[in-house]
Amino acid sequence: MNTIQYKFNPSYLEDSEPLKTKLSGLKSQEMIINLGPQHPSTHGVLRLEVVTDGEIVKDVIPHLGYLHRCFEKHAETLPFNQIIPYVDRMDYVAAMNSEHAFAMGVEKMLGISEQIPKRVEYIRVLVAELNRLASHFVAIGSYGVDIGAFTPFLWMMRDREHIQRLLEWVCGARMLYNYIWIGGLFYDLPLGFEEQCEQFSTYLKPKLKESENLLINNKIFINRTANVGVLPLDLAINYGVTGPMIRASGLKYDIRKTDAYSVYPEIDFSIPIGKGEMGKTGDCWDRTYVRMQECFESIKIIDKCIEMLKKEHKRNKDFDPQALVPKKIRPQAMDFYIRAENPKGELGFFFRTDGKSDIPVRCKARSCCFSNLSVLSTISKDIYIADLIAIIGSFDFVMGEVDR
Amino acid sequence: MDFITLIDKSVLIVIIFAVSLVTAMYSTYGERKIAAFFQDRLGPTNAGPWGLLQPLADGGKLFMKEEIIPDQANKALFILGPSIAMLTACMTSAVIPWGKDLYFFDHNIVLQVADVNIGLLYVFGVVSLGVYGALIGGWASNNKFSLMGAIRAASQNISYELAMGLSIISIIMLTGSLSLRDIVEQQAGFNWNIWYQPLAFLIFFVCALAETNRAPFDLPECETELVGGYHTEYSSMKLGFYLFAEYINMFISAAVISALFFGGYNFPFMNSIGLSSNAIALLGVGFFFIKILFFIFLFMWVRWTIPRFRYDQLMKLGWEILIPLSIVNIIITGLVILIKEGSLF
Repeated sequence: MNTIQYKFNPSYLEDSEPLKTKLSGLKSQEMIINLGPQHPSTHGVLRLEVVTDGEIVKDVIPHLGYLHRCFEKHAETLPFNQIIPYVDRMDYVAAMNSEHAFAMGVEKMLGISEQIPKRVEYIRVLVAELNRLASHFVAIGSYGVDIGAFTPFLWMMRDREHIQRLLEWVCGARMLYNYIWIGGLFYDLPLGFEEQCEQFSTYLKPKLKESENLLINNKIFINRTANVGVLPLDLAINYGVTGPMIRASGLKYDIRKTDAYSVYPEIDFSIPIGKGEMGKTGDCWDRTYVRMQECFESIKIIDKCIEMLKKEHKRNKDFDPQALVPKKIRPQAMDFYIRAENPKGELGFFFRTDGKSDIPVRCKARSCCFSNLSVLSTISKDIYIADLIAIIGSFDFVMGEVDR
Repeated sequence: MDFITLIDKSVLIVIIFAVSLVTAMYSTYGERKIAAFFQDRLGPTNAGPWGLLQPLADGGKLFMKEEIIPDQANKALFILGPSIAMLTACMTSAVIPWGKDLYFFDHNIVLQVADVNIGLLYVFGVVSLGVYGALIGGWASNNKFSLMGAIRAASQNISYELAMGLSIISIIMLTGSLSLRDIVEQQAGFNWNIWYQPLAFLIFFVCALAETNRAPFDLPECETELVGGYHTEYSSMKLGFYLFAEYINMFISAAVISALFFGGYNFPFMNSIGLSSNAIALLGVGFFFIKILFFIFLFMWVRWTIPRFRYDQLMKLGWEILIPLSIVNIIITGLVILIKEGSLF
């Protein structure tokens, strides 16, 4: 293997850090503002170089890598089952969904995905949808803070707390679960979980409506977000934007439907899309609206899962969620790609295995947040600084997943 | 001015100063508790019973924080900024009439520090000086966020002062006086200006929100865009002064609103309940404070309910909606006055 030796050359620096834009290249009115990595509204450690003319943003240059934790390199040194905790830490707001995608991929490589008991699949979908709700709550709530409304944020956090308690009850952790294992689950659901979940879903529906009225239908909120950061569908497709963002741009694209993985085909739910009710299709309002509607859809899925778990796939003494967990995970030599619908978009894992070891030769994560974020500098030209904040917030990215 | 009056006034100044500081202090507590109420939380509970000592704890904390003056900042102006903010905030209360006169042993105590005949003009003058606090502080910190916050503060305050000034012209037309005491005296009983000038009240209230940099007009310090706005670089009690000045301003704005539109210390049936004039005066002070507290609550209610405007929307609201509306209000008021006098036709 060739080693690449990087030579230090000061002239390289001129093209990269800290600024590509030089003072001499700026017009006399322009000013560069460094937004982040420690800025309250960049949702983590995103750094934006913003060229501004007064209040107007002329150019945005994102800088990534402040939260790079070598996920892919770690994955190449660990057995498949030990990668799952690292997968958790990619999108730490929606760890269950990432786990689900990862576990599903490895099961498909092993060829055991057909044998997974239905109860396991339903539990997986149940916890994944709970986590999707939690993730959307964070997205909508913190978007409220970006726009200047603090109360909806705390309402959302209050409801998210219930979800976190439920998930803690299931697996012992509040954010980073390691619950979905390859071939099964860590534990079965705790006794009484289904009833608690039912209670939660009846509690949540009116609360969600209330939050929707407070934030999304607020006149000032509409003024701030409608017609702001319009993402046309063709641009979204070209940049590989997925998830609620592309649905807000008007495409009915949801991998839960298109790939019909797990038990999603057995569950009835619809895909909300942005229709441009308050402005143009694909603006910030549409993105928030789509997330809100997806919360209602997720509640539907949760209700259905609980119904199935209580009736058709009841708990019994003989059920062992770890029964199918392989002792040695050694897939055949192959290249394999799996994708699943995360709250933020399409999360994909690419595996290359050599069939000899239980460690992947290559494991690449296709991060939805990264692709979604890539469109930022294209759609934020000649806007106000406040709009830039609104656009960043509406993307709902988690830097943990962008940098991996 | 005789000696006793001097003592009267000195005592009154100290009392008013203390009261406005304490009210501002406990507005921070109130803000936290009210926000907590809106947000399904408890708010401060640990410092003292029901967290009542929280403001003191906050103040103590701010005093003990390290005082940081950035290297590149202009030191003199950096210190001058919060001082102006605090000074102007404290000065406004001088012309507010807190109650009717008290009579003790043939001695007349006026519950107003200075009954200047241009009281309202004084309030506006001092309040507009307050913007220098934000402007100087933001500019002196030599920070881009602070500078933008300062520019926003300046342009916002100047544009909203216009609408604010125009909105009360209609009040002045009704009362024919700029003295706050005269304006309040004319609203005796339940004859409040709000019944005659609801539009002016609305404009004034919106402008007051903008003047005190409260949400939804807290653009100069909006934390999601400009980190801390003009006080990004401030720490310790200098930051405390800015924050505290905001609460004092809120208290004063509430006082001016209640004096101009809600009868100040007047309350319904004050002349028919048959109490002595001193008792009515003291009751009036109580009622005035109830009104003030209600408006402080209203300020907080607005803040914790609605999102923030964008900069251009704020300017548009000020210049394209509020100013024309207040001019229309002036014209209508003028016409009505002329028709009533019968001198129009």
